[in-house]
Amino acid sequence: MIQSLLQLDQFQFLQFKPCTLKLDSGCILGVSGVSGSGKSLFLRALADLIPNSGGLCFRGQALLEFSPPVWRAEVCYLVASSAWWFDTVGPHCKTWDFNALSALGFEAGVMDWPISRLSTGEKQRLAFVRSLSHQPSVLLLDEPTASLDSQNQQQFEALLSSWVADGDRAAVLVSHDEGQLGRVSSTQYRIHNQELELV
Amino acid sequence: MILLSFIDLILASSFVLLLALTSFWLELSIGRQLLVSAVRSFVQLGLVGLVLKQIFLMQSPWLLGLIGLVMLSVAGKEILSRQHRRFSGLWTYGIGVGSMFISSFSITFLALVFLLGNQPWWQPQYAIPLLGMMLGNTMNGVALGLNQVTEKAYLERDAIEGRLALGQTPGLAMSDIRRRSAQVGLTPILSSMAVAGLVSLPGMMTGQILAGGDPFEAAKYQMMIMFMIAGGTGFGVLFSIYLSCHRLFDERGRLRLDRLNSK
Repeated sequence: MIQSLLQLDQFQFLQFKPCTLKLDSGCILGVSGVSGSGKSLFLRALADLIPNSGGLCFRGQALLEFSPPVWRAEVCYLVASSAWWFDTVGPHCKTWDFNALSALGFEAGVMDWPISRLSTGEKQRLAFVRSLSHQPSVLLLDEPTASLDSQNQQQFEALLSSWVADGDRAAVLVSHDEGQLGRVSSTQYRIHNQELELV
Repeated sequence: MILLSFIDLILASSFVLLLALTSFWLELSIGRQLLVSAVRSFVQLGLVGLVLKQIFLMQSPWLLGLIGLVMLSVAGKEILSRQHRRFSGLWTYGIGVGSMFISSFSITFLALVFLLGNQPWWQPQYAIPLLGMMLGNTMNGVALGLNQVTEKAYLERDAIEGRLALGQTPGLAMSDIRRRSAQVGLTPILSSMAVAGLVSLPGMMTGQILAGGDPFEAAKYQMMIMFMIAGGTGFGVLFSIYLSCHRLFDERGRLRLDRLNSK
């Protein structure tokens, strides 16, 4: 039997009802729900950024067997409004994935761009590449295309799909865009009344 | 040494009175505060002068210890009152008092025993002023540094969590905030060391010279005090920053801003 990348068994956080599901390698799990329903909280709980309980395994090993930084490097959360802490783009990652950069339409010169001059969309695309460059196994994406135009959205979807297909990887994609969820995700869930339900 | 009479003090206080009247006249609304502070300093210093006179006569180590504790707890209270965001429970007070205790008390102790070498080492007329100067300065540094850590952690929570989410340890995610907070906490003592003697004579040296002491001997004392203060403030600030960074994260390395209450 092939082991699932992520396995949730009666997994629980805050007041949410326990949920049980599997995320297999090569899959993208889509999550929708109205604003404030707790989609981001779900991702943050999976990255162990907020207190949680119940079963959560990565490649069959329980969360608590990992040190927190190792877990978060494998199960990597990308926040909706990306955070930047140095003055220019370059220092935010040791080894940038230049293939991913060019797939989203950036050139190598982007490394010297000052953060203060980036548009919201540019920040969002660069943050996605930054997360990919850290080589996680599971990406937790929080509305990653909220400020992108349709061309950039297509580029993003193509890059995400090829990244997931290209190895032992998977992603959880939170999005408002039903069309996008339909296009890229293999299973879809909806958060409703503090419960994750299969669509 | 020229002794001051009560008339001299009243004349000196006329500067403050004049300033208070001016601020009433200009409606600056600090006149009242100014008068209250002036009266407080008059009463507090007067009492301390009288009490110290007794303490120096009694020469009791227990009394000295008690005075040290009172000084420490008042300084802790002052640190607490200068925090915009406090940890819930007694954590902020504890971190402030703990880091002041570790740095100020141990450095004062070492200086009394190995540098001054009095018999007994705790002679109050050395121990109390030294400890007071150490605590006063360390208190300022710790209050500034601690406030900087919690304030920056709150304002830059997205960046901190972003860094955690990429697999950075809490220590690495806080490294810039830690560095800047240490700089903020140490700025006062750094600048007073840099301009010592050039802009103004430090308080202790001034006192010794006014009391008729040899200026060079006074300078040597002042150097010792400056180095003690720099060490005490520095280690106090570092302890408090380390402890508060530790408290900001839980055992799973999560940023726990819910442990902070805004004032």
